[in-house]
Amino acid sequence: MTSAIDQVFDRLRGSGRCAFIPYLTGGFPDRATCVDILVALGNSGADIIEVGIPFSDPLADGPAIQWASRKALDNGMTVRGVFELVREARPRVAAPIVIMTYCNPLFAMGPAKFAAKAREAGVSGVIVPDLPVDEAEPWLDAASSHGLDTIFLAAPNTTLPRMREIVARTKGFLYYVSMTGVTGSSLTLTESLFQHISRIRSLSDIPVGVGFGVSSPEDARALAAVADAVIVGSEIIRRISAEKTTGSQVAAAARLAGSLNDALKNGGAGASPRATRQGVSFT
Amino acid sequence: MPETLVPALEELDAAFQEARSDPSFMRELQELLKHYVGRETPLYEAKRLSERLRGPRIFLKREDLAHTGAHKINNTLGQGLLARRTGKTRIIAETGAGQHGVAAATVAALLGMECVIYMGTLDMERQALNVARMRFLGAKVQPVESGSRSLKDAVNEAIRDWVTNVYNTHYILGSVVGPHPYPLMVREFQSVIGREARSQILEREGQLPDVLVACVGAGSNAIGFFSPFLDDAVEMIGVEAAGEGLESGRHAATLIAGSVGVLHGARSYLLQDGDGQIIEAHSIAAGLDYPGVGPEHSYLKDLGRVRYESATDWEALAAFHLLAETEGILPALESAHAIAYLIRSRENSDPQRMVIVCLSGRGDKDVAQVGQRMGMKS
Repeated sequence: MTSAIDQVFDRLRGSGRCAFIPYLTGGFPDRATCVDILVALGNSGADIIEVGIPFSDPLADGPAIQWASRKALDNGMTVRGVFELVREARPRVAAPIVIMTYCNPLFAMGPAKFAAKAREAGVSGVIVPDLPVDEAEPWLDAASSHGLDTIFLAAPNTTLPRMREIVARTKGFLYYVSMTGVTGSSLTLTESLFQHISRIRSLSDIPVGVGFGVSSPEDARALAAVADAVIVGSEIIRRISAEKTTGSQVAAAARLAGSLNDALKNGGAGASPRATRQGVSFT
Repeated sequence: MPETLVPALEELDAAFQEARSDPSFMRELQELLKHYVGRETPLYEAKRLSERLRGPRIFLKREDLAHTGAHKINNTLGQGLLARRTGKTRIIAETGAGQHGVAAATVAALLGMECVIYMGTLDMERQALNVARMRFLGAKVQPVESGSRSLKDAVNEAIRDWVTNVYNTHYILGSVVGPHPYPLMVREFQSVIGREARSQILEREGQLPDVLVACVGAGSNAIGFFSPFLDDAVEMIGVEAAGEGLESGRHAATLIAGSVGVLHGARSYLLQDGDGQIIEAHSIAAGLDYPGVGPEHSYLKDLGRVRYESATDWEALAAFHLLAETEGILPALESAHAIAYLIRSRENSDPQRMVIVCLSGRGDKDVAQVGQRMGMKS
């Protein structure tokens, strides 16, 4: 079955372009503004939007997303609240929406109920950053029976046997963590990053999204050469945080999204992204 | 657990399994436990305490007399040697009361490794003495401002560091929590407490005790103490921190009042709300101030093999004073929770019964805090 996410990648691969996936913590900076920002991100070229369920102990996240999560929880955001917010934004956003949640809120609700509620809200896929693939069985069953894509993470130190397991269970796209670190650290583009992605490509056709530490159009443009998607989160949170009024927060997010999307879609710097990607050897 | 840590955990598991069956590793650990830590620690009969309580015979397993003043060194030494064996050059650890931080910093100094200790700023205030000790031992104490600014948040920060520096760093987790192999490994390094106590009481009294009592925060001293007795007909009681009272909602009684969930890579009882958000724990004893508990404790609770009780902040303070007055021993506020249970459970007043309490740490670190609390009360 072709999911909404598959369709995005089919379309972009056909035209040789890289998808842009912005992230926003659900309920940040407040509920109403969050919905407006999701809509603005959709209008600024987002191909898929990632919405985070705020969690009390986000151990894969750096300071920006930790802060946003704390703020959203202090504002009273809940798991159901995030689903409602997605449902409200859904008709105004063309891009598929994926949910990011740590595993405890997912298990507290129960995988089956979580999957059903997510689907009902119009969610296309779910990312669980602290759920290793070999412990995901109950979640995989629930997700697949509700037609949700299961987006797993792979890291620079993931071994080949594990990588095989991960790509076998991943649907929609693989979330490749650009570095050993937490979200919002600074990205260093190294040869090994490109080699790792090539290695994944030799195992599977699954689209590869790269996240963690991507903050500038220059980062995005460089990654477009090898990735099918680029995920940006902390920098969006930082831009929103720097603004005081709802209007300026929405505008700041849209402005950053527009420039990142432009870098990804139009390549900037001359070279065609796909051409460069073909240049990477698959050894 | 984030995917980045999975290879590190697999590597650690393999290294631990290999090391525990390597005679040279075990010999080095035994030598250090004997000559550096000062093991075996005494099993002392607290006769004046028994008399005062008109209670059973009470024996104290004196982990407070181990080098650095608590049982934590048993584990940090084992993990430190393991870190060196796996070629890591940097050690990180979380700490609550500071006892684990001090023990980790001590081992890092002994082995000549770089050391960073994560500690919540709330705990840095109430355990200033241990902060100074860690710094003198050459460790960097990294303040943690997030969340409840205590143990749980220090663990989060240590995990974030480990994810970032996984190639050269070993994370010395201080208790029987976290992902596999930590709960198993920490239990194995701490089970020296129970093995010694078991042979000491047999040698001295010719029979096993009737009851074991230990405080339970995340649960390392209790698991280490209990595990060698699990096949014996010995009653076991773990005492959790009831903080300001179970009904107040401000406590750390995870097993008694929590529900099952996943925190820091382990499925166990947790303090959490209906949405799976972790609720902040509360205890006067920084080392018990954790909203999770070792998964093996959850298992032993569900089996009914260990009974879990609780003691409040004030009960622990009263026990602190009672042990000081009757025996000349200042217990850590954590360990005072185990004594507090004895004070409350007067039903076991048969003078032939034998109870061993794990006195997991010494109370010097708590003197300022206790003085302040008593001053506030009067």
